[in-house]
Amino acid sequence: MMKSIDASGMDFSELNRQLREAEGGAEISACLGQRFIGAGMGKRKIRIHGVPGNALGAYLNGAEIEVFGNAQDAVGDTMNAGTILIHGSIGDTAGYAMRGGRIYVRGNAGYRTGIHMKAYREHLPVIVIGGKAGSFLGEYQAGGVIVVLGLHTDGGPIVSNFPCTGMHGGKLFLRSRCEDVLFPKQVTARPASPEDMEELRGYLKEYCELLSMDLNAVLDAPFTLVTPDSANPYRQMYVAN
Amino acid sequence: MRLLEGEFRNPSGCAISAVISRNGERMSGEKIIESMKPMHERSNGLGGGFAGYGIYPEYKDLFALHIFFSGTKAREECEAYLRGALELVKAEVIPTRTIPAITDEPLIWRYFATPLRSVLASMQVDENEYIARVVMHINITIEGAYVFSSGKNMGVFKAVGYPEDVGVFYRLEEYEAYSWTAHGRYPTNTPGWWGGAHPFALLDWTVVHNGEISSYDANRRCIEMYGYKCTLQTDTEVITYIADYLLRKQGLSLEEAAGVIAAPFWDTIARRPEAERRELEYLRTVFPSLLITGPFSIILGFTGGLMALNDRLKLRSMVTAEKGDRVYIASEEAAIRAMEPGAEHIYAPAGGEPVIVRVREGCSL
Repeated sequence: MMKSIDASGMDFSELNRQLREAEGGAEISACLGQRFIGAGMGKRKIRIHGVPGNALGAYLNGAEIEVFGNAQDAVGDTMNAGTILIHGSIGDTAGYAMRGGRIYVRGNAGYRTGIHMKAYREHLPVIVIGGKAGSFLGEYQAGGVIVVLGLHTDGGPIVSNFPCTGMHGGKLFLRSRCEDVLFPKQVTARPASPEDMEELRGYLKEYCELLSMDLNAVLDAPFTLVTPDSANPYRQMYVAN
Repeated sequence: MRLLEGEFRNPSGCAISAVISRNGERMSGEKIIESMKPMHERSNGLGGGFAGYGIYPEYKDLFALHIFFSGTKAREECEAYLRGALELVKAEVIPTRTIPAITDEPLIWRYFATPLRSVLASMQVDENEYIARVVMHINITIEGAYVFSSGKNMGVFKAVGYPEDVGVFYRLEEYEAYSWTAHGRYPTNTPGWWGGAHPFALLDWTVVHNGEISSYDANRRCIEMYGYKCTLQTDTEVITYIADYLLRKQGLSLEEAAGVIAAPFWDTIARRPEAERRELEYLRTVFPSLLITGPFSIILGFTGGLMALNDRLKLRSMVTAEKGDRVYIASEEAAIRAMEPGAEHIYAPAGGEPVIVRVREGCSL
């Protein structure tokens, strides 16, 4: 059974203590800036009303977190498994060094989404942003998949300056022809092929279900796929020995 | 051996927040104190402070000097200097509350004063320049005396402690301001002492800052050529002097000053429209040593307004919001919602994008 937690005036460590005990899941009300919510937690549902603090779901290990509003910086920092669903927008550095699981955002994302994201064997982290993304999207991305849909209605480009700086693995899908986007030299941006779109459908299916969106309508647009040029684009920067 | 604060390095932190009424309505200090509570972990108890604008209406034509003294000797020496330099209208201890969270306080005084007209005339400087020189003189030459606030109808209140305790200590519920800024400190490279708490102020400019300035020494060397002296052992001080130099002495607009402090990269400038490109090139070329690099989010307070600014790479967080005539700025949305749960138009300014808010024209300040 889900436990109700009124977080008014509650310290983050007490809130997390109560969450750890709530193996049947918890619904938090009056959340206001408590950090590290759900940190490292396995299988359980956590529903949040209010504004969770930084590093929501850090090191998450299988829990499902749902936020009925905005979240702040470093959502899913180094998360391992599980799902974080945000109905509003998020701050900077979401999915920092994320190595598994899903981050789904209906609204916009701030700077450096997916920085240092990585994949390993069966672990493939996925971030889907419904609106626009700030600068340095996918900075140093080493693996996993980032999708930005650009369905925002508050103006501005789908992605700001310097996307994919230092990218050396993984994939970035942008729901745009990206004619005005300046990518760095070591990545390739090309229109998504039918096979790419089929792969993308797999990443977006759960996102659209959870947010009650029409998957076919979301897919019915030109997408650009960005990948790094080679397996080791920085080899020339170092001594080869 | 236990190392003292200032003898070791501790990483990360800081919280900033602000509110302004565009109608110039007065607000007590209670809400701005509330805003710091959800951000408690951003500070470590080694500095907290506030600036309030419009708080001294009965003395609004006088400069309000807030001064820390290490003891009576420093106070007497400083007062002797002040009596010769200024016409002192009122001198008093700043009222504080004795609470367990704030200890080891220095003597904390304030002086309402005005420069002697005859002195201004003979030196051929205006009153702001004269007061700025008085502040520099005290901070450089009088040991144990630090002027930490020196504008008209505004004041800075700061201490070693958590900001929410500092607000209680200074009885901020008894002050009414049309704009407030606040800071919770987590000192990274420099000591946590009373003079090193934020806001840093000169005349009516105040700066609260989250971050650390990589270009500090380049900035310091440059600004010290123009009559400023960095005496407070921390990087943020130099931002205050840069603001005073660019805005008061050079007469730049706030937007132009932002284009100097957080200048875009050359390749970003190259992609801007012609007129904007030429202006940005000009600013970077004329004031290259006042470009501030490294992570920062700052709120600059001044008479009648606020400016929020992030470093050009946006290495620190900042959020703005509105409700009615009020505009809110903070490191975290939670801090804004602590002041106004129904805040609207939550917005995260881009790196180097100044957010400037002014009290409407015609409102009495």
